[in-house]
Amino acid sequence: MGGNMDDKTVIHSRISKTVERLAPSGIRAFFDLVLNMKDVISLGVGEPDFVTPWLIREKAISSLEEGFTSYTSNKGMIELRRDIDRFLSERYGLRYDPENEILLTVGVSEGVDLAVRAILNPGEKVLVPEPAYVSYGPVVELAGGKPVYLKTDLTSGFKITPQLIEEACAREGAVKAMVINYPANPTGTSYSRRELSAMAAVIKKHDLIVISDEVYDELTYDFDHTPFASLPGMRDRVVYLNGFSKAYAMTGFRLGWASGPADVVAAMTKIHQYTMLCVSITAQMAAREALRHGRKSMLEMKREYNRRRRFIVDALNKIGLNCHMPQGAFYVFPSIAKTGQSSLDFAQGLLKKKKVALVPGTAFGPSCNGFVRISYASSYENLKEAVARIDAYLKEL
Amino acid sequence: MDEILEMLMKDARLTAEEIAKMTGQDAAAVRKKIKQYEKSGVIVQYKTVINQDMAHDNGSFVRALIEVSINPQRDVGFDNVAERIYSFAEVSSCYLVSGTYDLLVVVEGENLQTVSNFIASKLSPLANVRSTTTHFLLKKYKEDGFVLKKGKPQKRLNISY
Repeated sequence: MGGNMDDKTVIHSRISKTVERLAPSGIRAFFDLVLNMKDVISLGVGEPDFVTPWLIREKAISSLEEGFTSYTSNKGMIELRRDIDRFLSERYGLRYDPENEILLTVGVSEGVDLAVRAILNPGEKVLVPEPAYVSYGPVVELAGGKPVYLKTDLTSGFKITPQLIEEACAREGAVKAMVINYPANPTGTSYSRRELSAMAAVIKKHDLIVISDEVYDELTYDFDHTPFASLPGMRDRVVYLNGFSKAYAMTGFRLGWASGPADVVAAMTKIHQYTMLCVSITAQMAAREALRHGRKSMLEMKREYNRRRRFIVDALNKIGLNCHMPQGAFYVFPSIAKTGQSSLDFAQGLLKKKKVALVPGTAFGPSCNGFVRISYASSYENLKEAVARIDAYLKEL
Repeated sequence: MDEILEMLMKDARLTAEEIAKMTGQDAAAVRKKIKQYEKSGVIVQYKTVINQDMAHDNGSFVRALIEVSINPQRDVGFDNVAERIYSFAEVSSCYLVSGTYDLLVVVEGENLQTVSNFIASKLSPLANVRSTTTHFLLKKYKEDGFVLKKGKPQKRLNISY
C-alpha cells in the first residue's frame, strides 16, 4: 500500500468532472454479484453461446502461423474493406467505396464513439432511444454533447415513432443527430421498411445525422432487415455500423466497421488513427473468412436462436410474465410489473433464491423499471430450467 | 430437409409439442408429420449415440472397415451380393462406393478373433466376392457429426454488455 495523506488530497480532484458524473454501467454493477456465485443459470450474457465457427478460428490460427502479426492500414486491410463492400452490395444493394467510405473499428462500440466524436460540437444534442444499449448516452456525454432520450414502451413494442422524433425536435430546438439500434438490445425490437421510411421523412425534415447500429442485422427473424442507409435519400446522412460479434459469434475478436459518407468516415478515421491506430490483424484475417465462407454456420446459429425465441416468449407468457415477441437479436424484455417489485429487487431476489441471473431493465434507462432483459443465447435445457425456476420464484412471492 | 427432421436428428427426445413451439407450428400438425415420416421410412429409428469405447468397460469391442471387391451380376448388379452381406448381424454398415473397390463394409465384434473369423468363414467365401482388404479401426474421433471425446466444458465468462 503506497501513498500518504498528501496523495489523498490530489486523488480527490484528479478525475475529470465529466467522467465523475457518468454512472457506471448498470449491467456491470449487477454482474459483479453474479460472478461470485456458483451454479447460476445466466440469462444475462449478451453474447452468442456458440464458439466462433471452427473455419473462422482455424483461419485466425493459420494467419498467425503464416506470420500475419503486423499493423494494418488505419482503416483496416483493403481486402477486408472490399469484402465488406461486396457483402453489403450483394445483401442489401448498398455500395460503399472501400478506399474511403469504410473503416474497420474495434467492435461497433468504437464505431459509435467515433461517429459521435466526429460530428459533435460541445453542447450539441443527440436523440438516443430508451431503453437502449448502455453506451450511447455516456458516449455522447463524453464527446461533450447532450443526449436526449426518446422513451418507448411496451404498448408500442418499444418502437421509436416519427411522432416521438418530431416531439423531441420541437421541444429541444436544434438536434444534430439520432442514434438508432435495430434489432435492438435489450428489447429485440426491429422495424419494417415502411416504419423506417416514415422515420426517414422526419429525419430529413429536421436535417439529422443518423448513427445506425445494426450489429444484429443478421438476427432478424420475421422479415428482411432494411439498413437505414438503403432508404431513398438516406445514404448521405447515415453512419452505418455493423460488426462480426453477434452474427458470427466473434465477440472476443472485437471487430466491427463503419461505413458512411466519405467526409464523416475521414473524420472518424482521423480520431481512430490517433487513438486506436488500427484493428488487430488476426481479427481482420478471421473476419475475411467469416464473410467469405461463414454464412452457412451463421444461418445455422440463427435458426437455433429463432427456435429458442419462440420457446422463451411462449414459456414466459405462460407463467404470467407479459412478453412481446421480439423481431430480432437474442433478447426478450418481459414486464415484471405484476409482481409489484422493482426491476432490481426482482433480479436480486431471483438470483439469491433461485440462482437465475438476468439483467434489471433499469440498466437500460430509468424508464425501464418493471422490465428485465433475458438473453436466450443459452442452451434449450438451460432455458427450460430457468423458466421453471422463475415460475417457482413467482409463486413464492 | 424439413426442420422437424433436422431437430430430431440432433435430439430424438424432443416432443412434438416442443418442436411445434420452437418452429411456430401447430402441435397436432407436427405430430401428424412425424407419424407420416415414421410410416414412410424417412424416420428409420430413434437411437442414442453411445461412445462404444467407453461403454464396453472391459475394452472388448473391435470394429473393422472392409473393402470388398465383387463381381456384379447380370440385371441386379451389386444389390444381391450386398444384401447377402448386410444381412449378417455382424455387419453394422454397408455402402456401395466408387473407386478401386465396390462395397465398404463395417463389421463389429467382441475381439479380433471373432471379426477375423467372420471375414474368413462368411464374407470372403461368398460367391462373387473377389477380394477383401480389412482395416481394423484403432480409434474413433468423430462419428455422425458427434465428436466422441468428452471435451472440457466451455468456460463461458459471466460477462455481459
